[in-house]
Amino acid sequence: MRGFGSMEPLSNRKKVLEQKPMNFWERLYLPAIFQGMGITFRHMFKKKETVFYPEVEREFSENWRGLHSLKRDENGKERCTACGLCALSCPAEAITMIAGERQKGEEHLYREEKYAAVYEINMLRCIFCGLCEEACPKEAIYLDGPIVPADYLRKDFIYGKDKLVEDPIDHRI
Amino acid sequence: MELAFIIEKFILITVIFMVSLGVAAYSTLAERKIAGYLQDRVGPNRAGPGGMFQPLADGLKMFFKEEIIPTDSSAALFILGPSLALLTACIGSAVIPWGESIVIADRVVSLQVTDVNVGVLYIFGVVSLGVYGIMIGGWASNNKFSLMGAVRAASQSISYEIPMGLSIIALLMATNTLSMKEIAEQQHGANWNILYQPLGFLIFLVCSFAETNRTPFDLPECETELVGGYHTEYSGFKMGAFMFAEYLNMFLASTVMSTLYFGGYNYPGMDWVNGITGPLFGPLIGMGVLFLKIFVFIFFFMWVRWTVPRFRYDQLMNLGWKVLIPLAIANIVITGIVITIYDKL
Repeated sequence: MRGFGSMEPLSNRKKVLEQKPMNFWERLYLPAIFQGMGITFRHMFKKKETVFYPEVEREFSENWRGLHSLKRDENGKERCTACGLCALSCPAEAITMIAGERQKGEEHLYREEKYAAVYEINMLRCIFCGLCEEACPKEAIYLDGPIVPADYLRKDFIYGKDKLVEDPIDHRI
Repeated sequence: MELAFIIEKFILITVIFMVSLGVAAYSTLAERKIAGYLQDRVGPNRAGPGGMFQPLADGLKMFFKEEIIPTDSSAALFILGPSLALLTACIGSAVIPWGESIVIADRVVSLQVTDVNVGVLYIFGVVSLGVYGIMIGGWASNNKFSLMGAVRAASQSISYEIPMGLSIIALLMATNTLSMKEIAEQQHGANWNILYQPLGFLIFLVCSFAETNRTPFDLPECETELVGGYHTEYSGFKMGAFMFAEYLNMFLASTVMSTLYFGGYNYPGMDWVNGITGPLFGPLIGMGVLFLKIFVFIFFFMWVRWTVPRFRYDQLMNLGWKVLIPLAIANIVITGIVITIYDKL
């Protein structure tokens, strides 16, 4: 096996550093210390990077993937038909669902005849890869929410439909 | 001794004690704020306006935390350690002249608790006692890291007391007195000792960093090597006492440096100001100037802490024994020659 010593250089940019003996001023250390202190002093007057989090939130990037939301259509009906493609595509196996059949009188709630009676995502398993939104044929799930908040118990990280389904249209206005 | 004298001294001592504690408490906040600002952050700002009540919150936290005395430690010494550190940090300010004497109702009140004629030696004694708190605490913890920290603290403070003392000797040769009051009086106006002893001041400054266990010489509590150093086993109020002692020491070191080298309460144009303000407020303005100098030094301590990385232990010893002591001796020789020539002229 060839060791690292005999490895061929990937680029010819390798530079062997020559360590010169320090001159008198360098050995004093004081000029270098004053230089460093000048640098830190200048930083006192620079713009602070702090974002005051609970009051101010940093803007997310355009392709940010956060908390999932189950979408409704333009009439406020849930789009999800419980086909299970999201659960199938999920590499972390975070999604489970139980399908239900739409009854008479529920047409204003669910768009298709089949709907997700139970839809749960385990936020501790989810890796926010976004494969579920790519897999969804009904454009029913999007990872367009904020950061998943912290909590104390593991069971509280299993988000059901109460947390995932977006608010009806008239509630949003 | 008359009663008024006792009351006067009692009030003075109480005020100085309170002020030192207040300054030390707010130094903890200032440290974190300055650390923040030097690192493009803002530091603590949640407790009260601008973080004003942070020291109170920290103090309360320390007070209500569980205090653990390790089973294998010697409990009495374990408690004695932080108490001694705090005590020695508090008593040093007794010989500091905080200002010229003020006149209240035809009574001359000295703004110095006691004018010991060996005030400089007293401060040295107190400062070198301070390391005993750390040593005893570290030893009593019965923990390898604590012991290492204590050993480092002891050898460091012994090594750096020598150049510190030698730099003071040169100063004493120039001032001809050991009394803090007289040293302060000699620097009337802008006739500060820093003009005569620049090298001595530099040595004193470096040594006071080492004596107060501040970065770049905070080897005794070096987190990267020794967990917490001498206070690894400490928690709650006793831990707070050690922390507090460090800040009190920093306050004392700043005060001593201001008084010995930077004129204490003296400032250029003080006679003119005193003429206008009278014998009561003039000295108080001088006292304000002294505190301004102290705060500048405290800021300097913190500024250095957040700029210069920690020394390695052998570098620390090299600097102390091979650089500072020869420099301090050279400083004495040069001072002696200059004084002799000056006297002959």
